[in-house]
Amino acid sequence: MKPLRRLLAARRLDELAPAQKFVVYAPLLAWTAIVLFPLYWVIVTSLKEPIDVADGPYYIPFVDFRPSLHAWKYIFFDLGRDTLRPYLNSVIVSSAATLVAVLIGAMAAYGLARMEYRPSVGSVLLFVAAIALAALMSFWGGVDWRLALLAGLAIFAIALRMLGRRFRRRLANHDILFWVISQRILPPVVTAIPIYLMFKELGLLDTHSALIITYATVNLPIVVWLMYDFFCAVPRELEESAQIDGASRLRIFFDVALALVRPGLVATSLLVLILCWNEYLLALFLSTVEAQTMPLLVAAQNATRGPQWWYMSVLIIIMILPVIALTLLLQRFITKGLLVGAIKG
Amino acid sequence: MKPSSLGDVFDRQARAAFVLPSVLIILAFSIFPLLVSAYLSLVRFQIAPGGYTLHFVGWSNYRKLLFGSEQFHFLGTFGEVGALEWTLIGAAALWLLAAFVRYLRGGAWSLAGLAGRLLATAGLLAVAVLCAYTTGGAGRLGSFTVTLFYVTAGVAAQFLIGLGLAYLCTLPVRGRWFFRMVFFLPLMVTPVGIAYMFRMIADTTVGPLAPVWNAVGLRQISWAADPWLARIVVVIGDTWQWVPFMFIVLLAALESQPRDQIEAAQLDGAGGWRIFRDITWPSIAPVAASVVLIRLIEAFKIVDLPNVLTNGGPGIATESMTLHSFIAWRTLDLGGSAAVAYMLFFASTICCVSFFHFVVRAARRAQGA
Repeated sequence: MKPLRRLLAARRLDELAPAQKFVVYAPLLAWTAIVLFPLYWVIVTSLKEPIDVADGPYYIPFVDFRPSLHAWKYIFFDLGRDTLRPYLNSVIVSSAATLVAVLIGAMAAYGLARMEYRPSVGSVLLFVAAIALAALMSFWGGVDWRLALLAGLAIFAIALRMLGRRFRRRLANHDILFWVISQRILPPVVTAIPIYLMFKELGLLDTHSALIITYATVNLPIVVWLMYDFFCAVPRELEESAQIDGASRLRIFFDVALALVRPGLVATSLLVLILCWNEYLLALFLSTVEAQTMPLLVAAQNATRGPQWWYMSVLIIIMILPVIALTLLLQRFITKGLLVGAIKG
Repeated sequence: MKPSSLGDVFDRQARAAFVLPSVLIILAFSIFPLLVSAYLSLVRFQIAPGGYTLHFVGWSNYRKLLFGSEQFHFLGTFGEVGALEWTLIGAAALWLLAAFVRYLRGGAWSLAGLAGRLLATAGLLAVAVLCAYTTGGAGRLGSFTVTLFYVTAGVAAQFLIGLGLAYLCTLPVRGRWFFRMVFFLPLMVTPVGIAYMFRMIADTTVGPLAPVWNAVGLRQISWAADPWLARIVVVIGDTWQWVPFMFIVLLAALESQPRDQIEAAQLDGAGGWRIFRDITWPSIAPVAASVVLIRLIEAFKIVDLPNVLTNGGPGIATESMTLHSFIAWRTLDLGGSAAVAYMLFFASTICCVSFFHFVVRAARRAQGA
């Protein structure tokens, strides 16, 4: 009996019994293998000649097959500029979109966390109606869209002056917050076609700006959501003392508030950056050649000659590497930042 | 009223200046496209000399999806339903009815709550009947039912695996930071890349698992030609990518719960399972419900994996609703595409809002009590 008991019971509370150890480590190691093996297979495949893939499976370079750098050469030198362009596009689009989304989103989150908003329901509806009128004017009336927008805004201003005092029902901060967050439920495919038509009308299809604006919009809800929690979690005393010292609102926001939530800011930015970097569907709608991003280039390796596994593997690797590097670099911030967000639930 | 500097102007309008950019961007690039999409779903788009024309056709696009020529594509092909399925549906209906009666007798009911519950109940029952019809006999799934399968199977698998791994990582194990780092990796891979990766891995003749398939005599099987196998491969790819997200958040929740209660229970001789059920689970339930909700929202949008992994095939067996809509757009059926997109919008909104009200809120209330 004694050896059996030693196998099943731990000596101390913070230790595992030998039998427990197996039950705990086996699934952890199994999942490690499940995570790492596909990545290993991609690395190995990037070193294979087509014949090694077709005759496969071969597992270990130098043992099973002779590794070759032909795919790497093809992607970096033969394809050269055609790899560089989507890569730069991806870098520009995702970093600019992240910057826009985080800046605008953090401002909104700060406002919602620190100030009181009580817009009346009537004025919001009025505004939407005025803009809809402007859209109708430019779509069917053939009016230039800038002119139509100006007219719409003018109508809104006049109508608000006339009717403003009659609106009684008001919204509060949590209504605005809920509205912003709920935008995330909207599947991108619902808005993709109108956005496509809109950018076509503006002549912005297949440009960086179209992708940047769209990505910033779809990720804005995440930023507002997370940053709101972060701003609520830090004390406001520092900001209040800065206000007494006569600092302007804008200065307080940039110099005091943003500095206080820096871990959250970094974690949020990284999350949004990864989402933009990997985005596929909207890029498919909005870009063709000039603004083509990396996910599209990867997908395009399924050419007429069948999937070019070795080229794909190289592209996947060079897409993952910068993300891993960034994550490792910012790791300290991420655990801290995510922890706050998660505990707030 | 003369502004003395730019900062002063900003300060006077500070409240609006902080929130307006976000609100305007969302209005311009979410709300108005949403309205335009609603209009597009009611028209037929045709290429005409010198451009295109839009014919207003009313509900025709939706009718086609639900009852007409596109029904097989959207809802699926109907087979026959056996006695067993009817019994199951009947049991589900009774259970929902009981919950409904309990709500009414609770006294605190409101008109909005009643309407929401009616909608959720009706939706759930309709989906149950639909699933019975499209899986029974000669039935085939359509893009709507396939999407529901991806969402439920994927999110359930990700939650269970993520929770299990997170729980194991809170035990005194060595190399915790290593596991944490490695488990996080899949989240960084682009879904398109994951799709190709799993196409390579799942290849039964030259993939790395070929010897295994050989040994069990399944070398000749082609998962890409079998509807259910293809769908399961899609779910596996999705799960591989999203377990890390569940893992990270649930780990943070598990680590933030007070240790003393658990240690006291351990000293009293309570087993691991009882501690988990009575102490750990109730304390992480709100976070768990929130994280499942976040994944539900995102899971409805699945498109990259089925598009690259199977191209929607065999036939339409792995087409998600987003992919269905995209394919309709590519064939210039703008109205049909917008109608599918809107159905996805309705389905995901009803599902996510119901989940928020009946699960997330309930979990938070239970903890507050």
